[in-house]
Amino acid sequence: MEFDTIAAISTPMGEGAIAIVRLSGDQAFEIADRLFRGVGGKRLKDVASHTIHYGHIMDPKTGQIAEEVMVSAMKGPKTFTKEDVIEINCHGGLVSVNRVLQLLLNNGARLAEPGEFTKRAFLNGRIDLSQAEAVMDLIRAKTDRAMNMALGQMEGRLSKLIQKLRQEILEILAHVEVNIDYPEYDDVEEMTHHMLMEKASYVKKEIEKLLQTSQQGKILREGLSTVIVGRPNVGKSSLLNSLVHENKAIVTDIPGTTRDVIEEYVNVRGVPLRLVDTAGIRETEDIVERIGVEKSRQVLKEADLILLVLNYSDELTSEDENIFKAVEGMDVIVIVNKTDLDQKIDMSRVRELSKHHKLVTTSLLEDQGVDDLEEAIASLFFAGSIEAGDMTYVSNTRHIALLNQAQNAIDEAMQGVEMGTPIDIVQIDLTRTWELLGEIIGDSVHESLIDQLFSQFCLGK
Amino acid sequence: MTYEAGSYDVIVVGAGHAGVEAGLASARLGAKTLMITINLDMVAFMPCNPSVGGPAKGIVVREIDALGGEMGKNIDKTHIQMRMLNTGKGPAVRALRAQADKFTYQHEMKKTLENEPNLTLIQGMVERLIVEDGECRGVVTQTGAVYHSKAVVITTGTFLRGEIILGELKYSSGPNNQQPSIKLSEHLQELGFDLVRFKTGTPPRVNSHSIDYSKTEIQPGDDVPRAFSYETTKYITDQLPCWLTYTNEETHTLIDNNLHRSPMYSGMIKGTGPRYCPSIEDKVVRFNDKPRHQIFLEPEGRNTQEVYVQGLSTSLPEDVQQKILRTIPGLENVQMMRAGYAIEYDSIVPTQLWPTLETKKVKNLYTAGQINGTSGYEEAAGQGLMAGMNAGLKSLDKEEVILSRSDAYIGVLIDDLVTKGTNEPYRLLTSRAEYRLLLRHDNADLRLTELGRKVGLISEERYEKFLLKKQAIEEEKARLQGIIIKPSSDVQEMIKSQGGSELKDGIRASDLLKRPEMTYEHIQQVVPAESTLDEDVTEQVEIQIKYEGYIEKSLQQVERLKKMENKKIPENIDYDDINGLASEARQKLKEVRPLSLAQASRISGVNPADISILLVYLEQGRIARVSAE
Repeated sequence: MEFDTIAAISTPMGEGAIAIVRLSGDQAFEIADRLFRGVGGKRLKDVASHTIHYGHIMDPKTGQIAEEVMVSAMKGPKTFTKEDVIEINCHGGLVSVNRVLQLLLNNGARLAEPGEFTKRAFLNGRIDLSQAEAVMDLIRAKTDRAMNMALGQMEGRLSKLIQKLRQEILEILAHVEVNIDYPEYDDVEEMTHHMLMEKASYVKKEIEKLLQTSQQGKILREGLSTVIVGRPNVGKSSLLNSLVHENKAIVTDIPGTTRDVIEEYVNVRGVPLRLVDTAGIRETEDIVERIGVEKSRQVLKEADLILLVLNYSDELTSEDENIFKAVEGMDVIVIVNKTDLDQKIDMSRVRELSKHHKLVTTSLLEDQGVDDLEEAIASLFFAGSIEAGDMTYVSNTRHIALLNQAQNAIDEAMQGVEMGTPIDIVQIDLTRTWELLGEIIGDSVHESLIDQLFSQFCLGK
Repeated sequence: MTYEAGSYDVIVVGAGHAGVEAGLASARLGAKTLMITINLDMVAFMPCNPSVGGPAKGIVVREIDALGGEMGKNIDKTHIQMRMLNTGKGPAVRALRAQADKFTYQHEMKKTLENEPNLTLIQGMVERLIVEDGECRGVVTQTGAVYHSKAVVITTGTFLRGEIILGELKYSSGPNNQQPSIKLSEHLQELGFDLVRFKTGTPPRVNSHSIDYSKTEIQPGDDVPRAFSYETTKYITDQLPCWLTYTNEETHTLIDNNLHRSPMYSGMIKGTGPRYCPSIEDKVVRFNDKPRHQIFLEPEGRNTQEVYVQGLSTSLPEDVQQKILRTIPGLENVQMMRAGYAIEYDSIVPTQLWPTLETKKVKNLYTAGQINGTSGYEEAAGQGLMAGMNAGLKSLDKEEVILSRSDAYIGVLIDDLVTKGTNEPYRLLTSRAEYRLLLRHDNADLRLTELGRKVGLISEERYEKFLLKKQAIEEEKARLQGIIIKPSSDVQEMIKSQGGSELKDGIRASDLLKRPEMTYEHIQQVVPAESTLDEDVTEQVEIQIKYEGYIEKSLQQVERLKKMENKKIPENIDYDDINGLASEARQKLKEVRPLSLAQASRISGVNPADISILLVYLEQGRIARVSAE
């Protein structure tokens, strides 16, 4: 749609001190206000134009803080596009800025096409007339490239999966339509809320699966953010060194970042790990001890994977128990280290505490059990339908946004069913799901519903 | 030899369902109008099923009525039964359908035409148009009569080079053995119009006396009086039933064994038929796993024994049709009065039309109905109304009217035709409308009366009544939004009796109404209105409140598209002048010549990048003009 409110990350991809998400269009302020929590409940629509504001971006679905931000609020026409513009300054790093972008896309913004901000600047008379041709070339070239990419993706498994899913929905839609347009045809069973719910749940599950692969896709690009936790002197540094040395670590020291984080990337059996906050670990400073269980949960929550290290030659302490509490419900591998020493730990208690986690024993000193650990990491990541050899996953921001929207639409359809809303009205959300999935593979032709109708059912006078 | 026969503002060629609406609309809005039909006895004739309305189509009839058309009023006066369909579903898809007395339908319509002051109705066959300087200025008939006019509307249905196919027999004919129109078709080709060949068909008719109804199921009309028109006050209560029976294995075997004699499969029929109304031979071949197909027996009128055999459309030879009929329960001894047949005809490729239904090639020439590639009386009537309205308005130098996709099903129909074209006879389906929750049958008057009045097709009296209704709806909605219902024992009792969960706290009456188990009646029990309101008012209140969330969502969609709709494309745009358009898009744009960016975006083969480029080009023009001033 040509006049929507659009959003995109406007800083170059990659690590920087800050990253900016830009939002432009009629609804820029409205959408930003859905997510922004300023100091003292300040609303962006009420602030003076061309001012900057501190606050947080919240996920309205979960009510949780997604990012700490500075937001520039600029009312048109004195902006780059001459429209209302919001710029959200996030911490550097792809993860946080992507999350903010996704939230905007889930709350009414559309991902900008390549060159679209420039195009709007032109359309609104910001850019000189002589540049018109250049703008058109830009649109053509970039859109063609994007289309080629989309076509490339269409060959893939993703497109097959989506086509299959769309076909499922299409059959439901055709069924409902037949009930509407041919109410007297008893050949066709009447679609019931129960049937619809069943089908919708299936579609929802499939979309969720795809979104999970999007997590894996993201992880493949950015690394699985991994935190090593444990009491002092359990062998955290040895674990780090062991992983690093075994796997040709790439040590990055990113200059100019505000947080001075040193992150180490290691590749464990095809799973890229990003060992976060390793600086802290080097100093054997214990995160749980330092900031307490509640607070550390917050920090740990950012992680995709927790490596929890225990000492085989020492008794379990309340600190250990606290750590277990702090990582409840996360992906955790429990490592009982120092098996070269005499056992003092109560292994049955460890097993009880680890009943939802993977458990390995190692002697990092003697290089024992590292294989088991790597196996555990790999199996955790590749669990589910994704196989290591066939990496079809959703990684494209646009696709993730569309899948998220499709998920919302199917959720609304299911809510409608629960409320007892007439099926032909629930269908509005079902159709929307179908269209959104179609946008992913570049196919939203409405005619196919009518084709489906007549190939699936026998109708006529 | 030709002779001067008269001069009019608008001439309508044809008096079928499109033609009568066109003629009446044009005349009623003040244009002096002439209607010419091949046979005066066939005005508003129903060559196929004797019924009006149904899903989507029934809503069109309501829309026609809200715009001051005649179809709704006419069927209200002449039906033999009426039913509301889809009552178990949501309000958006409810629709009325009436079985017509096809003979009185014709007579009533003819009477209305004859009594219309500004309208002249004559018999004749138009063979040529008078086209000068790219403008249509009149018509010439077979007998040499020359009629001049400012605009012409062609509504020739299936008459254009019509050919009837019945088994091995094929002959030149209009529907129901009427004279076909051959010269006009050739003339349109001479004028440069692209024509396509379409096909449709009709089932046999049988004598009611020879049917054993005891072997069939009765299908009565509704007990409640119903009407299409917002102005109808007299309801027909004496209704006739229809009857339901089925085909069986024997029927299907018989058809299978005679397929070699079917013109459909022998290659004799070349025209494209509609998928939504396949012949029985088509159904048996394509869905051969189905053990039976439904057959509805529909009386063609009160004063005839002819019964229409719905579900048995066929072009198999007469003797086979006879045998097929007799395999069906209830029809073992049936006497076939007329055989079913297929008919092929010319229609013009509808992308040659503007959304006003004026042709792009010839100014002041309009086409409507089956000639535009549609099928169905209602689709024809809707187009006829719009074409007649626009021809009339244009002849009076007034601004023409285009209905949008969010205004009416008629808008969807015309936009689909002129933007996408069609490769089979086009039928309206509810799924073609993206805003069907807005395009309900119950709110057609709310959507369109204002427009109908503006063009002069709605009387002041009717408009006054409409305003009162609108006001009553708003007041009642406001009242329910303002009242808090307290959880008293009466209220809890009422809610529980409907299977709902008890109130914990006070609740706005409008919010209580939103619960699925609640109706306006229930709310009314606890917080009665001061005076009893009309049912059509309370129906609106209930629907508008109950589905507010969904309606709001649809309205937002419409709003989002508005900007694209408002971006007009000048008629004289030169697509060859635009760099960067993909060649398929360029070709399609040149063919369709969309009037707005939104219309352009609906053309298949025009992708978002092309729309962007088009927009940039349009803006460039705007900016260039501004700087030149």
